[in-house]
Amino acid sequence: MKIPGLIKSVVIIWAAWYGIVYLFTDLLGAPIPASVMKMYMFFIIIGVFMAFTADEETAEEIFGPFRRLLFDRSHRVLRSIVFIVIPPLVFMVTYEITRPTLDAPVELRAVHPAPPSSFMAFGKSFNMLTLENPYRSLERGKPDKFREAVNEGRTVYYTNCFFCHGDKLEGKGHFVKGFNNPAPANFREVGAIGQLQESFLFWRIAVGGPGLPNEGAPWASPMPVWKDFLTEDQIWKVILFLYDYTGHRPRTFGK
Amino acid sequence: MFRIKTSGLYPTLLCVALLIAFTTEGGALASSLPETHEGAYRSIWGINSRIAVWMIAQTHLFFAAFVLGVPIFSFCIELVGIITKDKRYDAMAREFIRISMTAFSFTATFGGILLILLVTLYPDFTSYSLKIFGPVMIVYAFLFIVESFALYIYHYGWSAMSDGYLKWLHLFTGLLLNLTGTSIMVLANSWASFMMAPSGVDPETGEFMGNLWAVINGPLWNPLNLHRFVANIAYGGAIVGAYAGFKFLTAKTREGKAHYDWMGHTANLIAVIGLLPLPFAGYWLAKEIYAYSQQMGVTLMGGIFAWVFIIQAVLIGAIFLGVNYYIWVGLGRVSGGEKYRTAIKFMALLLVACFLVWFTPHTIVMTGAEQKTLGGAHHPILGYFGVMSAKNSAVNIMILTTFLSLLLYQRVGKRATASWALQGNAVITALFVAGAINVIALGVYGYLVPANVRIGLSVPQVATTLLVIVMVSVINYGMYKNPDKGRAGPEWGKMPVRSQYALFLIAISFTWLMGLMGYVRSGIRQQWHIYTIMKDNSADSFTPTLGYAAKIVSLNTLLFMAMIVFIFWLDNMGKKRAS
Repeated sequence: MKIPGLIKSVVIIWAAWYGIVYLFTDLLGAPIPASVMKMYMFFIIIGVFMAFTADEETAEEIFGPFRRLLFDRSHRVLRSIVFIVIPPLVFMVTYEITRPTLDAPVELRAVHPAPPSSFMAFGKSFNMLTLENPYRSLERGKPDKFREAVNEGRTVYYTNCFFCHGDKLEGKGHFVKGFNNPAPANFREVGAIGQLQESFLFWRIAVGGPGLPNEGAPWASPMPVWKDFLTEDQIWKVILFLYDYTGHRPRTFGK
Repeated sequence: MFRIKTSGLYPTLLCVALLIAFTTEGGALASSLPETHEGAYRSIWGINSRIAVWMIAQTHLFFAAFVLGVPIFSFCIELVGIITKDKRYDAMAREFIRISMTAFSFTATFGGILLILLVTLYPDFTSYSLKIFGPVMIVYAFLFIVESFALYIYHYGWSAMSDGYLKWLHLFTGLLLNLTGTSIMVLANSWASFMMAPSGVDPETGEFMGNLWAVINGPLWNPLNLHRFVANIAYGGAIVGAYAGFKFLTAKTREGKAHYDWMGHTANLIAVIGLLPLPFAGYWLAKEIYAYSQQMGVTLMGGIFAWVFIIQAVLIGAIFLGVNYYIWVGLGRVSGGEKYRTAIKFMALLLVACFLVWFTPHTIVMTGAEQKTLGGAHHPILGYFGVMSAKNSAVNIMILTTFLSLLLYQRVGKRATASWALQGNAVITALFVAGAINVIALGVYGYLVPANVRIGLSVPQVATTLLVIVMVSVINYGMYKNPDKGRAGPEWGKMPVRSQYALFLIAISFTWLMGLMGYVRSGIRQQWHIYTIMKDNSADSFTPTLGYAAKIVSLNTLLFMAMIVFIFWLDNMGKKRAS
């Protein structure tokens, strides 16, 4: 028996929804947030619609039942039922979406705040266009000195940073439960420090949460203003350690 | 006559503005960076100056992109008509130009309004810019006059120059039109790229260093030139496609439907040809922006504007889906198209799967409860889709799938006559599979290497895609060089109504996309009129919220589409009068 196109498409859409939920929630233990799931399902429905209406024969299998429901005399009773049921259904969905809740409003968070072109710290101005890690050149020139600097950076990290950013730099330190949003940066993640130049990290560490730019505000970063607690050298060295430990390389441009 | 008047308005205004700039003391060139002084920002009738300039500049650019794109492919189609001696191509090229004629007037009018707004609302900024770019603007005005002449001869001389050497002369006029049009675009691009990445001026004082070429040839000039040139072709194709869709839906005769179906198909093909290399051109521009300024780069892709890129991804995906859908439905025009039904379903699955990866954000909008479950706004699995490795792989597969759709369409109803057709098909299949595997493998490898290397991997990915496209095209051409003539060709006009809405979707998505990305390109300068040289000290020196910006762009898109519909209506009215 041939299954009608409309039923087939509904089954495919349901299977896609169920499959995604099962895969992410049950198998991977990381459920997909509703905002993403809505986008996914919207485009899955569009894709199924496209596939099933690309030729006239299957298009008729999709549109035919709707046309018959709307215009066929023999479907008068069903049509009336549908028209009675739809308005309260729409009302219920609208109510569910718009009713006030006790949840905090959803916020868009910028992944990386944009650095300024220059900033003040340690009594001088740093130009972000030209700023470089003074210890980076040791990596090739004087490897022993470089290792020494990395080790000093390690000490700085485990004395100051690991409480939030974690023993293994994975962003799960002891204090992490105290501030859920945003969670401390996971330095090991592929999209974190590997995407950034060392000057960015220097600025971000030096000015902390209060020094974040107005653009993209309000920020909720509890990152301390480290220029008040660390020296310029210590910040550069801890940056060396972050890259060294995670295996990432600082972003550079070959110009 | 009206058109001639409005087209002349722009260079006239430009010359007046130049005179004002050269004869007034703007206080812009001082010993320190140029600054705006009291009265540097004006407002007329309480209208917000930024919104006025924003919307008029964007509308000017919408029209400009359309009128620069159409002559490029009109010229190419006319050339094809001359070579093949098929009059249908000539008629179509002529109709393309006819549609764009009114749009030329609109472009000039909005360009003139923009200039007036800049001079009156931002006098200090305009004065400084005119002093730097004065000579360029004189050349610009001159080219505009040459372009107008070329356009009028090209359009009005079509019938008179239809035979013999006059036809070639006509074609040359088309070439001149394109050369001047493109030159105008690249000159205007130098102003936009200078505002983002100024060069040739003293970084401490903003004073002109004396080398105008250094000012023009800034770090972002050529990436912007390439991106806009390719995008104009795609955009021109999309708008003409919408025109053809509109005419198809309103056509009363079978011949009319057949003609506009063919026109819509050709326009869609042009849009696809422009669309396929567009992501690469855009990628080059973004890379150069990041290389020029970390601040602008991070603002663009990692900071606040990253959310606009999610909308961009959705719109690009919508264009890919629309383009493919139109091609798939078009298979119904030709007998034999039904054998690709199963292939279409797999291609739809592949496109949607890639699309989902393409637009998945790196950091996700979550409720408090969801954040608690996942431990932050970063998703441990979906986060992998948020970086360029995944997105580059997805877009390359989408491009390959779109190319496959085109290939199937080109083959339908034909039979390969080459003796090696079987082997040819095997090689083509192997090329697609190997290409896809290579693209995905490079994407996966990208997660294991530093960011510098990862960004560089986009080059072999793109090269793989282009190589597959070129090699398959060559093999396919060889296989179908002498197709079986006994088979029926496409039955033009045999297209369901829904396919025409796909053409509208493509045109609207393109327009929206241009508006959004234009805003982002300009917005990443943040508090600068000219990045690091001239600060914006106006009351509007802030980045609008995403919702606010999206509303302005959407309103602009709506107004532009309304004007396009008006142009189509004018065209219909003109035709009725003529008949």
